[in-house]
Order: sequence, then structure tokens, then C-alpha cells
Amino acid sequence: MARSITQRRKAINTAAAWAVGLLIFFPILWTILTSFKTEAQAINDPPLFLFFDWTLENYAVVQERSDYMRFLWNSIIVAGGSTILGIIIAVPAAWSMAFVPSNRTKDILLWMLSTKMLPAVGVLYPIYLIFIRLGLLDSRIGLVVVLMLINLPIIIWMLYTYFKEIPGEILEAARMDGATLKEEILYVLTPMAVPGIASTLLLNIILAWNEAFWTLNLTAAKAAPLTAFIASYSSPEGLFYAKLSAASTMAIAPILILGWFSQKQLVRGLTFGAVK
Amino acid sequence: MYSKYAFRAAATLSLLMTSSAFAETITIATVNNGDMIRMQGLTDDFTAKTGHDVEWVTLEENVLRQRVTTDITTNGGQFDIMTIGMYETPIWGKNGWLVPLNDLPADYDVDDILPAMRGGLSYDGTLYAAPFYGESSMIMYRTDLMEKAGLEMPEAPTWEFVANAARAMTDKDNEIYGICLRGKAGWGENMAFLTATSNAFGARWFDDNWTAQFDSKEWADTLNFYIDLMNDAGPPGASNNGFNENLSLFQQGKCGMWIDATVAASFVTNPDDSSVADKVDFALAPDTGLERRSNWLWAWALGIPAGTQKEGPAKEFIQWATSKDYIELVAENEGWANVPPGARTSLYENPNYQEVPFAEMTLKSIQSADPLNPTVEPVPYVGVQFVAIPEFAGIASQVGQEFSAALAGQQTAEEALEKAQALTTEEMEAAGY
Repeated sequence: MARSITQRRKAINTAAAWAVGLLIFFPILWTILTSFKTEAQAINDPPLFLFFDWTLENYAVVQERSDYMRFLWNSIIVAGGSTILGIIIAVPAAWSMAFVPSNRTKDILLWMLSTKMLPAVGVLYPIYLIFIRLGLLDSRIGLVVVLMLINLPIIIWMLYTYFKEIPGEILEAARMDGATLKEEILYVLTPMAVPGIASTLLLNIILAWNEAFWTLNLTAAKAAPLTAFIASYSSPEGLFYAKLSAASTMAIAPILILGWFSQKQLVRGLTFGAVK
Repeated sequence: MYSKYAFRAAATLSLLMTSSAFAETITIATVNNGDMIRMQGLTDDFTAKTGHDVEWVTLEENVLRQRVTTDITTNGGQFDIMTIGMYETPIWGKNGWLVPLNDLPADYDVDDILPAMRGGLSYDGTLYAAPFYGESSMIMYRTDLMEKAGLEMPEAPTWEFVANAARAMTDKDNEIYGICLRGKAGWGENMAFLTATSNAFGARWFDDNWTAQFDSKEWADTLNFYIDLMNDAGPPGASNNGFNENLSLFQQGKCGMWIDATVAASFVTNPDDSSVADKVDFALAPDTGLERRSNWLWAWALGIPAGTQKEGPAKEFIQWATSKDYIELVAENEGWANVPPGARTSLYENPNYQEVPFAEMTLKSIQSADPLNPTVEPVPYVGVQFVAIPEFAGIASQVGQEFSAALAGQQTAEEALEKAQALTTEEMEAAGY
């Protein structure tokens, strides 16, 4: 009897999970489906779900009009670069906060997070002027630095929570064995925190990949990543939804594939420390 | 001795002059509209003629506006040419942010630019951006539905006729709505339409002392007329409809009439996209007998930011893209229906173009809009569907939300106008008017 209830509950839970999952995924699915329609089919009422003449024409048009590889390459460098740079800075910062906290550590953590509460447009002009002075406008280095700074509070917070889970005694033991600070972080702490670092890395690549305020406002022709590629297909005066969908699909495909293959790592990282 | 120095100086000078004529790469910011996409496809012709390369930065209209505004106000120098509209050009020209286009060569024939366009893109008589294409607004209507309703559309109808026709054409059971109008909030969305419409009803944004006029009878008449008409003959959810949504409805045969940008004519008559392509005709935007019609005037124009290092090549590009030759080039490659409209007088004198079904009405619409005298009563501002002051975009976006909410039935027209009056007064006082 007990077993049957459990199984029924399991079935309900599974169905509910699938329903929620599909609901969340539906806009992406719809974008992908629309990218295979003609412009007329894309605005058809009632909407066409699966039964239409599938076409690759939109992809051909987008390929012909835009240099997709250049945008993709910029996205890879900017998302990857800002995340790696962020991790390099955040690991020592999170280490000090987790293992040698001061009276002010909690305040500093909160203060760092508070920088995320400011609307980005509020600092657009100061950052733009700094970029002009430093000659960083429309450069990948500039974007790497800005995105790193924007995501740094999140990286430090995530690493801090992972590091807090690691018993301080292990590090003490390493110190007693004569490990230097650098060795302690590099050879003792980091290997133990690999799952946490990996999920932080993945989450921040996704955040940086999707960032669409700074990447649009600080770039022009050379450093523009895939967000600018999508923006170039959006039009208030003309129905180009199928082409826009094709461009969006091409822009999210790499990160979608990365997310698919690393979902185990992502889920593990995100729920790390949630259950004690 | 002196001659030797003079020779060296002359040699250096000539070297400098030739080096300035070297091939450069210019960066152009533009929007994703059909005519601009065609221009990008034809850039090879410009490169072949001048040797200069072009890098395109294409962005969505609102993103573009924010992006180029940030760049020009900080002298960022990211773009050598910016695609801007009639709203920005006089304001930026006044601030000295744009390179004046007062030295265009004779063969460019600047006098050929339509006077309304030239006036709207100038400040103090100096042209600051060259029109790439221009548009007004007009009525696009279904000839079959008009006939079925037993009516005949005059070339220059009144709002009374349009409202009667819309109600007569409406057949909600079969999803046919007599009229589709913009309702989506935004200074370039519902406010462009409603500001232009208010001109025909004798309303205005400000009096000569910059006092807001939303408490006037004329504005109440405008808004009540619009909301009543849309409730009786408009599609459901109209408060979310902008240009694209209405275009989609019209192409699917759900609108009897649609009053919107003249550029839409090429979309609704294109049989590839439109199910009603062969049943569409055009008329001037309506009036109420007060000598002002409800049509707007807009141009997408190319301007050169004052900070650019490549002014010479940028000017060469503008001369190429807005020339008579460019129109011929597009006609050769894409046909006369696809040439950029509304910029040059000579285009409308061209017999090939006169055969295009919407050419005549587009020209008449453009000619009937006067950005310098947009309203019945005198006003201190320039602009038909906008007020060319920097504060307008912010204020009109808020007013647009109030009007959109009134259309959605969340408040009455009177409440919306009261709020519009209060917020406009407050913003204008804060801005020092």
C-alpha cells in the first residue's frame, strides 16, 4: 500500500516536473520552430505548431547577411575571458572570507552584492567616458573587464558558500605540513572545491554570454558579440520574425549545447550546500 | 635656396593631401529596416567607386537611439555615420554635434530633396542630415470590404467618414475589424499617431508659452473619438498593437482600414507576404475640416557626428547613398517598388516610379505635412508627430502609457488627460521652460 502511494506520488512529481520544464522551455522551442517557417507562416493566425513547410531559407539569409563566426568568436572570448579572470580574482577573495574572516567580512559581502542592485544604465556614462579615455571602446579586452566586474560579486558569493563547506581543519593540516599560502590554495583547497568552481564557471559563462546591456553599449563593429547579432535582426517596422528567430537560435545554440552537456555539474553546483 | 624650401613644402603638402584620399574604413550605425538592408547589400558599388570600405552596425531602433546618443554626447567617436531621424537631427544640429552638410557638390542637387524633408532635417536653415528615405502616414484600406459596406473612399476623407466606414465594415464574428490603429505605448508608437491625429482635431502639445494643453477641449475630443472608435471597430487587445502587430493583422485580412506609415504600402501589396495584396488602395490620412490632416512626417537620415576622424569618406558615402544614382542602382537590382521613397522630388517625376501603386499617395501625404506649421493654433515647436525638444521622448513615453491604459479600459480618457497634463507640466517646469 505504502509503495503504491509512493509510486503514484513519483508519477505525479515526474509529470509536474515535465510540465514545468516544458513551460519554461516553450519560448525557446517556439523560437526554434519559428526559425524554420516563412515570414508569412511565422505570423499565421492560428499559430502553426509542427505542420508547416519547413524551410532553411532564414538561416541562409542570416548567413549571407552577417558574419556569424565573428560574433560567435567575440562571444566566446568575452564570456570565457571574463569568467576565467573573475575566478582568478575571486578564489583568493573567497578564501580569505571563508577561512580568515574579519569582523567586517559579512558587511563586505553584502556591500559587494549591493553593487548589483544599481541599474546598469545609471553608470553607463561614467563607464563610457572611462572607456573613451582608455581607448577601450569596441574592444574585447574592455568587455572582458567590465563583464568580469559585473559578475565578480556573484562569483565571490558562490565560491564563498562552497568554501564554507570545506572543513578548515584540512587547511590547517596542510599548513602544519609546511604548505605555503599559495600551495594551500592551489593544491589543497582548489581540488576540493572543483565541483563548486566548475558550476560557478558554467553559470558565469552563461551570464556573460547573455549579457545584453554592456555588450551592446560598449561595442560597435569589431568587438560586438552575439547579443548584437540578435539585435541587428529586430525591427519595429517590418515583420522579420522568422529571420529574427533564426538569428536567435544561432546565438543561443552554443550555450544551449554547453548547458545540456554540463547540466549534471550545474545542478550539483547550484544545490551544493543546500542540504546538510 | 627659398625655392628649395618651397619645393619641399609643396611636396609635403601634396603628400598629405593625397594621403587623405587613401582608402579608409568607415563605420555606420543603422536600423534593421528593409531599405537599409538593401543599402548594405549594395555597398560594393560604393567601395568600387571610392575605394573606401564600410563596416555596418545594425541595431534595433530603440537600442540604436540609445547607443548613438551615448556616443555623440560623449564624443566617443565610434561611428562615422549615424542613421538618425527627424526628431534628433535639429536638436543635435543646434548643439553642434553634427557636421553641417552645406558643401554638397552641385551634381548632388540638394534642391531636389523634398522641401518638407529638407526643412525637418535642418536647423536654422542648415542641413545636418541627408534623407535616405522619408515617410508620412496614410490610410490603407480594403477595396472589397469598402464596396461590401456600400461606401466609396474619397481621396481625402474626413474622420467622420472614416469612423462611419470603420463601423460599417466591422464584422466581429468573422474577425473583421473596421479599423486598426496603434495603441502600444511609446513616443514613437501610439503617441506618433495620436499627436498627428490631434493636429487634425485642432489640438496642440503646448501653447506659445510652453504651457501643456492636455486640459483643452480639443485633446478631449481627440482621445474620446479615438477610444470610442477603437471600442466599436478596432481589434481586441488594441492597446498592445504597434506597427508590426497591425501589419500582421492587415496582411491576414483582419483590418478594413489601417492608418500608418507609408512604407507599409510596399509590405501590404507584396503577394508573398500579404493575403490581401490585390485588394488594397490608399487615401490621405483623415482631417476634420480644420486644414490639418492626421498624417505625420518622418525621415531616416544619415548624419556625420562632429567628432569623426573620417569626415571626408563619410561625406562621400552620404553623397552616394542619398543620390539619384543610388535610386537608379536599387531600381536596376530590386525593381522600382523597392527604391527608397520620400526623399527626392525627381523620383516622383520618374515615369517608371509613377507606375508603382502607392507612389502618388505617398508623395501627396508627405507634401501635406508641414513640420514648421503642424497645428491649427500657433506653437513654439517644430515637428508634426513630435515636439523637437530633448525632453519630448521622456514625457511622451509617459503620456503614451496613460493613453494606452485608457484604450485598454483601465481608466477614462478624462483621467488619462488629467494625468498627462500634470506630468507634462511637472517635467517641463523641472526642465526650466
